Amino acid sequence: MGERENGVSRHGKHVRKRRGKKSGLKQILLMGNPNVGKSVVFSRMTGVRVIASNYPGTTVGYTHGQTKVGDDTAEVIDVPGTYGLEPTCEAEEIALRMLATGDVVINVVDATNLERNLNLTLQLLEKGVPMVVALNMWDDVGHRGITIDLKRLEELLGVPVIPTVAITGQGIKELVESIPEASVPGLPPRSHDERWQAIGNIVEHVQQVTHRHHTWLERLEDASVRPFTGIIIAAVVLIGMFLGIRFVGEGLITYVLDPIFEHLWTPVILFFSNLMGGSGILHDMLLGSTIVGEVNYIESFGLLTTGLYVPFAMVLPYIVSFYLVLGLLEDVGYLPRLAVLMDTIMHRLGLHGYAIIPTLLGLGCNVPAVLATRILESKRERFIAATLISIAVPCAALQAMVFGLVGERGLQYVAIIYGTLFLVWIVLGFILNRMVKGFSPELLIEIPPYRMPPWRTVLQKLWLRVHGFLREAIPIILGAVLVINILYALGVFDAIANFTAPVVTGLLGLPKEAVVALAIGFLRKDVAVGMLAPLALTLGQLVVGSVVLAMFFPCIATFVVLFRELGVAGLLKASAIMIVVSLAVGGLLNLIL
Amino acid sequence: MTEKRQINLRQMYPGQSGRVMQVAGGIGMVNRLNALGIRPGKKITKVNSMLMRGPVTVQLGGTRLAIGFGMANRILVEIEQ
Repeated sequence: MGERENGVSRHGKHVRKRRGKKSGLKQILLMGNPNVGKSVVFSRMTGVRVIASNYPGTTVGYTHGQTKVGDDTAEVIDVPGTYGLEPTCEAEEIALRMLATGDVVINVVDATNLERNLNLTLQLLEKGVPMVVALNMWDDVGHRGITIDLKRLEELLGVPVIPTVAITGQGIKELVESIPEASVPGLPPRSHDERWQAIGNIVEHVQQVTHRHHTWLERLEDASVRPFTGIIIAAVVLIGMFLGIRFVGEGLITYVLDPIFEHLWTPVILFFSNLMGGSGILHDMLLGSTIVGEVNYIESFGLLTTGLYVPFAMVLPYIVSFYLVLGLLEDVGYLPRLAVLMDTIMHRLGLHGYAIIPTLLGLGCNVPAVLATRILESKRERFIAATLISIAVPCAALQAMVFGLVGERGLQYVAIIYGTLFLVWIVLGFILNRMVKGFSPELLIEIPPYRMPPWRTVLQKLWLRVHGFLREAIPIILGAVLVINILYALGVFDAIANFTAPVVTGLLGLPKEAVVALAIGFLRKDVAVGMLAPLALTLGQLVVGSVVLAMFFPCIATFVVLFRELGVAGLLKASAIMIVVSLAVGGLLNLIL
Repeated sequence: MTEKRQINLRQMYPGQSGRVMQVAGGIGMVNRLNALGIRPGKKITKVNSMLMRGPVTVQLGGTRLAIGFGMANRILVEIEQ
C-alpha cells in the first residue's frame, strides 16, 4: 500500500535489466547489516521518503533516488540489509546482485555494534569496491559507554569513516562530501577465521567499552523475551494495539468525517439532486438512487456519495489509525520480540516466528505483506506465509467496512468474523505444513534494542502509507463504483446472478445478487463489503458474506504481487486453495448460523 | 582452580556466560551463524529461552540474537566455573 513498497516490487525484479546503467550516472550503494539505519541515511541523502522501522528486514527490495556529489548528480540505491555476502534469503540475494552494479559503496555501520558490522565491511573491501564507511547511531555510542577512535579506525580500514546520526541528519553532508575520496585498500580474500582475527585486531585498537548500569528500557527488553512476562507484555501490547486503533479510527469517524459529510457535503448533493430533477441515469450514476430529502451514503452507490464516503469516511480513518499504531510498534522495536514469542506456534504452521511480521503487515494491506515474506528463508515458507496472508488476513480496508456495517448491529458478530478467520489461519497453516514438501527452517534473528520512536519518522511513515492508500485505492474505488453502475444499467448482473445462484444461494445461503459483491471483491474489498449493505441481509448472511469476501479471492493488487513473488504455479496453487477453503468455510458457517 | 565443562546453549541457565566451542551443523548453518558473529572462541551470554521448544535469546557483544530451538541445541559452549 505504501508508495515505496509497491514501487519496490517493480524495481526489485528489474535489477538485472538495469545493469546497462543507461542513465550514465554514478551508482552509490548503501549497504550494511540489517537495521543499522540505511533507509534513514538514504532518505536524508536523496530527500526520497522511504519506510524505515526498528527491525531487521524492513527493506526487502531496492529503492533509488538521486543526490549531488560536487557538481555531478549520482544515483543512490538503498539496498536490503545483509550480514554477509553469502545470501540466505531473497532480500539478501537482491543485495548481492546490486553489488555487481555499483560504482561506490557507502557501508552503513552500527557504531554500537562495531565487531559484527565490520565482518561485512571487510568482505566488501575484499571485493575491491571503492568504499566510504558511515558510522551511524553515533549519538548512541556515548550512552552505551563505548568510545571509538575514529582516526585509528580510518587508518586500519584504509577508507574514509564518517560518524553520522541519520535520524537527526548529523554527518550526512560530510558523508556525501567524502564520496569522491572513496578508496580501495585492496584487501586479499580471507577465510572466516582470518577475517574475524583481523576484526578482533581492529576492534581492540579502536574501541573501549566501560561498564554502566542497565536502563529501564533494557530491563523491559529482557522482560519481553522471558516466557511469563513476555506473554503478559504481548497480550497487553496486542489489546492496546486493538483498542488504540478502534479509539483513533472511531474518533476520526464520529468527530471529524461524519460531521463533514453530514453538514457540508449533504447539502451540496441535495442541491445538485434537485437541479438534475431527482432521477435519471446520470443522476443515479453520480448521486445514487435513494435520495429522498436525505442521502444514504452507504446504499445509494453514486460516484459522489458512496464513491467518496466509503474511502474517506469509512476506510481512511482506520488506515490512519492502523498505520499510526503499527508504526509506533515497528519503531519501538517490539515486533522481533513478538516473533520470538510466536515461534513455537508458527512452527506448527510450517513457518517460524519471524513470519508474524508479514502477517501483521497484512492486517494493513496484503500487498506489502506478501512482499515482506522475502525476509523468510525458503520458497516453501514464502508460499505458506503468502497463501495464509491472502486467505485469512483481512486488510484494513475490509476490516473498516466490517466494523462499519456489522459492528453497528452487534460487536459479537464482528468477533465471529475474526474468530473464523483466525481459526482458518491456524487450521489451514497446520494442513499446509503437512501437505507442502520440505521442512521449516529455524528462527535466527537479531533483536534490536528498544528505542523511543522519533516522531518525525513515525509521522513521515504514516503519511507515506496514507498517501499510498489515497493515490492507489481511491481511483480503483471510484472505478469500481462506476463499473457497478454501468453493468447494473446494462442488466449484466442479472445474468451472472442467475448463473451462479446454485453456489451463492444453495451453498452460502446468500441472495443470488451477492455474487456481484464477490466479483467486485476482485477490484476492492471495501467496496465489495459495501455492496452487501443494500441487499437487506440477515446478520448471519452478513457474517457469511464478510468471511467469504475476506477469504475468497485476493484483490487485484494482491493478485499481481502474488504472481510476481510466487510465480504462475504458486499463484495457481494458492488460488485453488483460496476458492476451495472459502467455499467450504462459507458453506459451513451458513449451516451453523 | 577452574573447571571447564561443555554443554549446549539450551542447557545453559539464563544469565550464564561461556565461550562457543563448536557449531555442530552443516556448512549453511555454520556460515549463517558465523556472519552473525557466533563462532568458536566467542563469548556468549544466555538471556533466556522460551517454553515448549521455543527460541533461545543470547547476548553476543553488542548484539542480541534469538536462535531457534534445534539450532541452539547444536551450539556447544564451554562454561567456566
